[in-house]
Amino acid sequence: MVERRSLWGTLLPHLVLMAGVAVVAFPVYLAVVGSTHESAVIANGQMPLYPGGEAIDTYYRTLVIGPSRSTREPVAGMLLNSFLMAMIIAVGKIAISILSAYAVVYFRFPLRMAAFWTIFVTLMLPVEVRIYPTYKIVADLGLLDSMAGLTLPLIASATATLLFRQFFMTVPDELVEASKIDGAGPFRFFKDTLLPLSRTNMAALFVILFIYGWNQYLWPLLITTRDDMQTIVIGIKKMIVTSDALTEWQIVMATAVLAMLPPVLVVIGMQKLFVRGLVETEK
Amino acid sequence: MEKRAVFGNRALPYALLAPQIAITLIFFYWPAAQAVRQSFLVEDAFGLSTEFVWFENYIHLFTDPGYYRTLWTTVVFSTAVTVMSLSVALLLAVMADREIKGATGYRTLLIWPYAVAPAVAGVLWIFMLDPSLGIIAQGLRRLGIDWNPRLNGTHAMIQVVLASSWKQISYNFLFFLAGLQAIPKSVIEAAAIDGARPWRRFWTIILPLLSPTTFFLVVVNIVYAFFETFGTIDAMTGGGPAKATETLVYKVYADGRLGGDLGGSAAQSVILMAIVIGLTAIQFRFIERKVTY
Repeated sequence: MVERRSLWGTLLPHLVLMAGVAVVAFPVYLAVVGSTHESAVIANGQMPLYPGGEAIDTYYRTLVIGPSRSTREPVAGMLLNSFLMAMIIAVGKIAISILSAYAVVYFRFPLRMAAFWTIFVTLMLPVEVRIYPTYKIVADLGLLDSMAGLTLPLIASATATLLFRQFFMTVPDELVEASKIDGAGPFRFFKDTLLPLSRTNMAALFVILFIYGWNQYLWPLLITTRDDMQTIVIGIKKMIVTSDALTEWQIVMATAVLAMLPPVLVVIGMQKLFVRGLVETEK
Repeated sequence: MEKRAVFGNRALPYALLAPQIAITLIFFYWPAAQAVRQSFLVEDAFGLSTEFVWFENYIHLFTDPGYYRTLWTTVVFSTAVTVMSLSVALLLAVMADREIKGATGYRTLLIWPYAVAPAVAGVLWIFMLDPSLGIIAQGLRRLGIDWNPRLNGTHAMIQVVLASSWKQISYNFLFFLAGLQAIPKSVIEAAAIDGARPWRRFWTIILPLLSPTTFFLVVVNIVYAFFETFGTIDAMTGGGPAKATETLVYKVYADGRLGGDLGGSAAQSVILMAIVIGLTAIQFRFIERKVTY
């Protein structure tokens, strides 16, 4: 910068940013602290701002036994359900999208544009706006309380297809021609050329879709009735009993921490891919 | 744009498209069509008979003061969430953009709330704002404020706005920071040489040049406040007290599930679809404009 900055001008951004980080992190810090104190201390409103000594006991009870009063389901099972749901949604969406994008970009056939627009229209209508009719169809198909019923309606959307289509458009035509000269058919070209080129895009998309799947709320709430099908995001809400004397807050907070951990780790660990995925899917 | 080199297989493209088309038809078009159909029907209490009633469900909706109230609640809620999360994110992004040391470190520390589920965000904020055990609630009481979101609708609204904005700051921060870094440094330096102080530079140069990003984020935030905050609201207030935090999406859920009014719920779904299509259209026009710049 051309002008000299005063000491205040250098310090101010750091102060504001630190305050911002503190505000953003405080609720989570409090949850971690909450998960290490006894239920009675929290219920009295006497919880200190530093961690207590009940962590091991609380997390053991949360994961293996479950809260004693509301839902008796241990959280380990919920974590597994959430993980399966997120994985199936992410992998499923990437798989069907890359195939359909391949068809639309690399083949000429009647109804090609019709197929593209059929998919394109689904771009921004989230499952929330067609929730009951979708519920009824899933029920009629006998898919309530099943992983298929939980994931398939969430896989039906166009974002990933559009992303792959855009990317395929930037792949040079010479690559196809070279493959053809080498005698490669559409399968070989897809497997040996296009898939390796798409690796970064697939990874970026995976990060976004994993978080999207993990954090689903309304759809799993409707579609799962059995306790052993519950995801952790649904389970945590059911632990909060209306009269808060009955809510075991230390377990609720431990569950909150466990529910946040996988997606947050994914974002921090794969920050570059995450940022890329976020920017690309919003184009 | 079209590819010149393509494969000449006849059956293969259909096979490649089949999975996605099948899922889209079954789980998207069919339910969407059902929603439209159902919005013209009235079902009796036991679901035994249905009657075609033309626009009765819609007329019923638009003559119901409760629907306007929910509409107003949604407007207030999404405006508050959008303004709050955008302004905080912009402030932080401007600070991080000032070429300070550790900008990427701050980015890491600020972006992760994106990964927190809306319902979990709601639970975290209840823990702080619950009238009997929340730390912030206790502080407010010490200041003499009778904080009680369980009975006071305004307090409940503040509560869901805080939790929803908190989660969205990271997303807005990321896009604002990218937008700021795309502004050529030479423009800002030229203004500095002309004697414009930072505050002036922000209003006359940075903010106008950032307007495409801002506009895009406004649309994204409205869509977020409309749809993705369902989990936050359900975990924190359940739409209450006395429907003070019931948004349009929450009403679709509550009327269909708890009220059993499927026709009315379907009519609301159709209206919501129209709103989303409108927002999408606005966004696409904006993106086209950005391309022609």
